Amino acid sequence: MTLDFSFLDWHLVSSFILKGLGFSFQLTLIAMLGGIALGTLLALLRLSGKPWLVLPAAAYVNTLRSIPLVMVILWFFLLIPLLIGRPMGAELSAIITFTVFEAAYYSEIMRAGIQSVPKGQVHAGYAVGMTYGQTMQLIVLPQAFRNMLPVLMTQTIILFQDTSLVYAIGAYDLLKGFEVAGKNFNRPVETYLLASIVYFVICFSLSMLVRRLQKKIAIIR
Amino acid sequence: MVSTWEWQVFCKNTIDGEVMPRCFGNGGEITYLDWLFSAWGWTLSVALLAMVVAIVTGSLMGILRTLPHKGLVFIGDAWTELFRNIPLLVQVFLWYHVLPSLFLSLRAIPSFILVVVALGFFTSARISEQVRAGIQSLPTGQRYAGLAVGFTLAQTYRYVLLPMAFRIIIPPLTSESMNIIKNSSVAFAVSIAELTMFAMQAQEETSRGIEVYLAVTGLYFLSAFAINRIAMVIEHRVQVPGLLGAK
Repeated sequence: MTLDFSFLDWHLVSSFILKGLGFSFQLTLIAMLGGIALGTLLALLRLSGKPWLVLPAAAYVNTLRSIPLVMVILWFFLLIPLLIGRPMGAELSAIITFTVFEAAYYSEIMRAGIQSVPKGQVHAGYAVGMTYGQTMQLIVLPQAFRNMLPVLMTQTIILFQDTSLVYAIGAYDLLKGFEVAGKNFNRPVETYLLASIVYFVICFSLSMLVRRLQKKIAIIR
Repeated sequence: MVSTWEWQVFCKNTIDGEVMPRCFGNGGEITYLDWLFSAWGWTLSVALLAMVVAIVTGSLMGILRTLPHKGLVFIGDAWTELFRNIPLLVQVFLWYHVLPSLFLSLRAIPSFILVVVALGFFTSARISEQVRAGIQSLPTGQRYAGLAVGFTLAQTYRYVLLPMAFRIIIPPLTSESMNIIKNSSVAFAVSIAELTMFAMQAQEETSRGIEVYLAVTGLYFLSAFAINRIAMVIEHRVQVPGLLGAK
């Protein structure tokens, strides 16, 4: 068969694609911010040296990292309504799932970042009279973030790619937008092809940006 | 909240929902337990075959990226960027919906094979990165030494560079093999009867989602753990004495 893109116009883009793209971006952004915040907390717990804090944090991270994301999405979609006693939309369920899930991955990155800061700096912080919180907030975490910025961004690109998995619970994301458009115009082959081009362009440009960022940060360090 | 467990769900006949006496079906009738094990088999088949595809193509592309030839480096780079920057699920749809419509000869190929290729090529991009990094982590002197003693470039790779490079990248290859088990779950989207597909359908039919999901999650855990152990045995077997943390 030959490809026919004549159905493609602004009306299609605005009515099917933009809505999906918006949700994919929203999901990525919320899960990134929430995931990094929760992940940093988990990393601090794991490095606290106190077994009653280390063990639960380690269990959280290792459990989520060994389950396929699709299964985690299905689990949350099943469990949240049981816990709160009323149904929850696929989109909101996806946002909660991704934040909780990505926190496990971000926490491993932040743990490496915190460990990349020389111990002497922590001692120096204590020596000038700072508390644990001040040492972390003013000395360790800013450097950990900067050292890990390229890795955090790379993980965010992976997160953006993974948002397509909300397909499992039928949430309306970028991929779903293309799929619905394809069904409406009876042109599924063309729309799947377009979807892969759009994902490629977004992810490839972002990874080029990360590469440039990496070079800049290498100079600072 | 669900108040009681009902593990009997796995002994039920998938057709009429009756509990079968020995939990496994006989003849043409199967229980959910039979279905679960068959789904596990599909997951392992997809993952292991995709791993073979990924290691072969990923190694090839990774090696190309380290050769002293700009054209070949470009091919390796382009391959890696292409398969790394499109979500796996979208790639699965490309192989399943798009390519068979454009190339009619692909229509005869079963969807199982298409998913294996999709997952294999997706993972090959990541393996190509690791193989390239492994080769580049070796001192350049080793390459020159190989060439200086009269090896051809191919022999230098075969006898000098690759044996060390592959040993170095065993740990990241191990986590990639565990990832491939997890990633095989996207095959549900093109109706391969693997674990995630089973989870979704059995949940719908029996309404015992928690028991079904727990069993499926447990099998994913077990599979990834088994791969991890096998990789550790391999790593131990191929250690070069005196190097890379060998005892």
